Amino acid sequence: MSNNIKINAEEQFNKLAEAIFNDKKQDEFITISFGGERSHFLRFSQSKIRQNGMVHDASLNISLIYDNKKCSGNIPITGDLSNDIIIAKNELDRLRSEVVQLPVDPFAIIPNKVQFSNNINKGDLLSSKNVPDSILPSMQGTDIAGIWASGFIFSGNANSLGQKHWFSTETFSLDCSLITKDEKMVKATFSDSNWNQEKYEKFMNDSKEKLYHMEKKSVKIDPGNYRTYIASAGVSDLLGMLSWNGISEASIQRGQSALCKMKNEKVQLSPCFSLTEDFRTGLVPKFNGLGEISDETLPLIHNGILKNTLVSSQTAKEYKLNSNYASSGEYIRSPYMVGGDLKEEDVLKKIDTGLYLGNLHYLNWSDNIGGRITGMTRYACFWVEDGEIVAPIENMRFDDSLYNFFGNNLESVSEEVIFNAETGSYNNRSLGGTHCPGILLSSFSLTL
Amino acid sequence: MDLKKTLNQINVNADWIGLRQVKETATYRAIRDGNPVSNHKDQSHGMMIEVLKNGQFGYCAINRFDMQSIQFAAEEALVQAESASSYSLSKFSEDARPQSKGEYLSQYEKDSNSISAGELNDLLIKANKTLKVSDKIVSVSAYGIITEAEFNFVSTNGSETNQKFLMITTDFSANAQDGNVLQRRTGGRSGNQIGIEVFEEDRILSLCNTIGEQAIELLTAEECPTGKFDLVLTPDQMMLQIHESIGHAIEIDRILGDERNYAGWSFVRLDDFGKLKYGSDLLNITFDPSVKSELASYGFDDGGLKAEREYIIKDGLLLRGLGGKESQIRSKVPGVANFRASSWNRAPIDRMANLNLEPGNSSYDDIIGSIENGILMETNRSWSIDDYRNKFQFGCEYGKIIKDGKLTKTIKNPNYRGVSTPFWNNLSMVGDESTFEVHGTPNCGKGEPNQVIRVGHASPICKFNDIEIFGGA
Repeated sequence: MSNNIKINAEEQFNKLAEAIFNDKKQDEFITISFGGERSHFLRFSQSKIRQNGMVHDASLNISLIYDNKKCSGNIPITGDLSNDIIIAKNELDRLRSEVVQLPVDPFAIIPNKVQFSNNINKGDLLSSKNVPDSILPSMQGTDIAGIWASGFIFSGNANSLGQKHWFSTETFSLDCSLITKDEKMVKATFSDSNWNQEKYEKFMNDSKEKLYHMEKKSVKIDPGNYRTYIASAGVSDLLGMLSWNGISEASIQRGQSALCKMKNEKVQLSPCFSLTEDFRTGLVPKFNGLGEISDETLPLIHNGILKNTLVSSQTAKEYKLNSNYASSGEYIRSPYMVGGDLKEEDVLKKIDTGLYLGNLHYLNWSDNIGGRITGMTRYACFWVEDGEIVAPIENMRFDDSLYNFFGNNLESVSEEVIFNAETGSYNNRSLGGTHCPGILLSSFSLTL
Repeated sequence: MDLKKTLNQINVNADWIGLRQVKETATYRAIRDGNPVSNHKDQSHGMMIEVLKNGQFGYCAINRFDMQSIQFAAEEALVQAESASSYSLSKFSEDARPQSKGEYLSQYEKDSNSISAGELNDLLIKANKTLKVSDKIVSVSAYGIITEAEFNFVSTNGSETNQKFLMITTDFSANAQDGNVLQRRTGGRSGNQIGIEVFEEDRILSLCNTIGEQAIELLTAEECPTGKFDLVLTPDQMMLQIHESIGHAIEIDRILGDERNYAGWSFVRLDDFGKLKYGSDLLNITFDPSVKSELASYGFDDGGLKAEREYIIKDGLLLRGLGGKESQIRSKVPGVANFRASSWNRAPIDRMANLNLEPGNSSYDDIIGSIENGILMETNRSWSIDDYRNKFQFGCEYGKIIKDGKLTKTIKNPNYRGVSTPFWNNLSMVGDESTFEVHGTPNCGKGEPNQVIRVGHASPICKFNDIEIFGGA
């Protein structure tokens, strides 16, 4: 069963597409999106296994536009092709009976060009049976908690005009926290498409060495404003907020975005800050839910100036703008923040006295329109004096505006741009991640 | 399908086998600015086959139900259990999956077929029109999500449960703008186990009118003041307060460290149960899966444990954790039936379900009248808390100044922050039954792999003394 899904996923998608589009009636426009995974999840704590299992999942989304009215349905796909075709056709019939009851959608999109893509990334993964013996022994001697996820992920999109896209990849990720006896932690992530035992063991040993600095007694710092360096992983979290009522044109149009000030009042960020949507890494599909393909790169903020927001075709039609073929949610699918001139070896010296924050945690807008974000420090966060790490800090709450930390208070940006893999797995395993450097701030506001 | 018969046909050398089949259909209907943005039905149907071998559980989740596939999945689950068993964090027996038999059905008046797609779209369009009380309302939206779910569980030690749910989540929102001032007011995004009777037109349109009017009111409202004030939270914000600063902190799997790489740890320790004064004497928290309309009411958890009402915190004292049978065995701490999975493709872990703050004796007027200088806050809009569930900062959509025992001016961007147990020990008045409301959210995230699950929180209004309060940017 599992091999059937893995080997034949693309063929299965093609046959489902053929069956559905052969069933198309006059004046109907149909789009289908196929997605699924065959994933192994191994959850561990104290460097021992908490839960271990496999998930085989696939589903098909069918969207019908008829008479400027639109509805959609998502159905499970089992891999039993003849049965799946029957279920898909039944779903299409259900959509036909529903669509006539609905109000007209003036912003329903029928793409005006037909595009094709095919992107298959084959990997060399461990079999699930061998994972425990491959990853657990190197962890021993240290308390480590986290998740291993590995397997085959696929995604297809086609429409009744003949458009077709396919993307599949085989990847693994180990996302973990190494923990000292007095509960201080270092975050580590190891991900790729090809398993290399030697490389993994080196990664694990290097990660354990990073715990050295955490062995010192933590210092408690008072709320206030501090010179601060936020490392790439933390910057990745800050950039992630721009995909939530930030860079979306629809959010701006509806008065619900932190970037309204940039768009409407021409407020600028620091000239050190440049952010691009960049699909050249090939880590995520270039096509969106409508099967539209974005440009390989799209500058969003360049030298602090808002150049482009993300505009889906629906938003473009509604507000009479040009689409840049963003996803319907207008989030950044492949963010790349441009590096600067701050060398890694100079970071502590440039902080002089202040904070080195390795990771941030639980971010939320505390004032979305004002651009203010709150969250916590977490993991490898240190008090620095005279360019030397003194000790880890007890976790602190920050509350500051992106117009400060990406704006007036952004002093410099690190040279090295690091890839922060997306390891989330709500509904299914995520793809891609964020490329970004670290940032040095003249001031960062800690509140609690 | 006959799940019991299927179970009997599985042939693997396991010490225990369980089958959990989940079928869920969620229908999303949304109208924004008078136009449809979603008429979508999401269907999910699959099964988790779980086996126990050498004291270790292993699982395989599939979405096809022919016997060959199920046998294959059982064999794969066995491989997972066996290969992991040399590195088990804890060894279990089938005691971790207690035998249960029975049914659970959501209680409601009108089933999901009582409203057509067209009728619900029409109602949501009317809601949009009502929300737009002024030209300064720049965007409005209204949605309803109707979810039907069926969970069936059988096991080789005799469990056989069937649970059917009907749940509806609605929300209505208005974004208001005047120049550079932007404000948003919503209905609080709450969900319940309820039928189509929830779409009662007069009630919805009245609510939408209030939301629109309050969004406009916020445009000219003063900024929330900064300082220490007495704080009154309405039940729609108490939901979030209970959830983040009590619920997650007392999940036993968190305390045991399972979540340290994701959601985090907890300031609560295993030896705190029975000893920790979590809040003032007025704080009474129950795990209550029996509240009729609450979102996470159920009969049995996904490990088969029968769900029953229990006091978690009584008179301020922490008595019991949120931990299912596995956590109870590991920790030796008393728990509840909350070993739950988001769907067929995720393994159960300790989750909140219905976690409620029991009513006290104070009327609404008693509480407001008792305050010389304070702030009332309604409806969450921002939330963040540390990985130990200590330092939180929450923001609300709408606030009122309380002066000399009376509600006075409206304020915008109200926020407050605090630390969990000092905050709950500042609980100084608890509203009576007349102020008690049942809320719930379908969006609680936790676990690796990640899971989003439905939780319910019911509460009266509550007063807290001397809380740090502040405004917007």
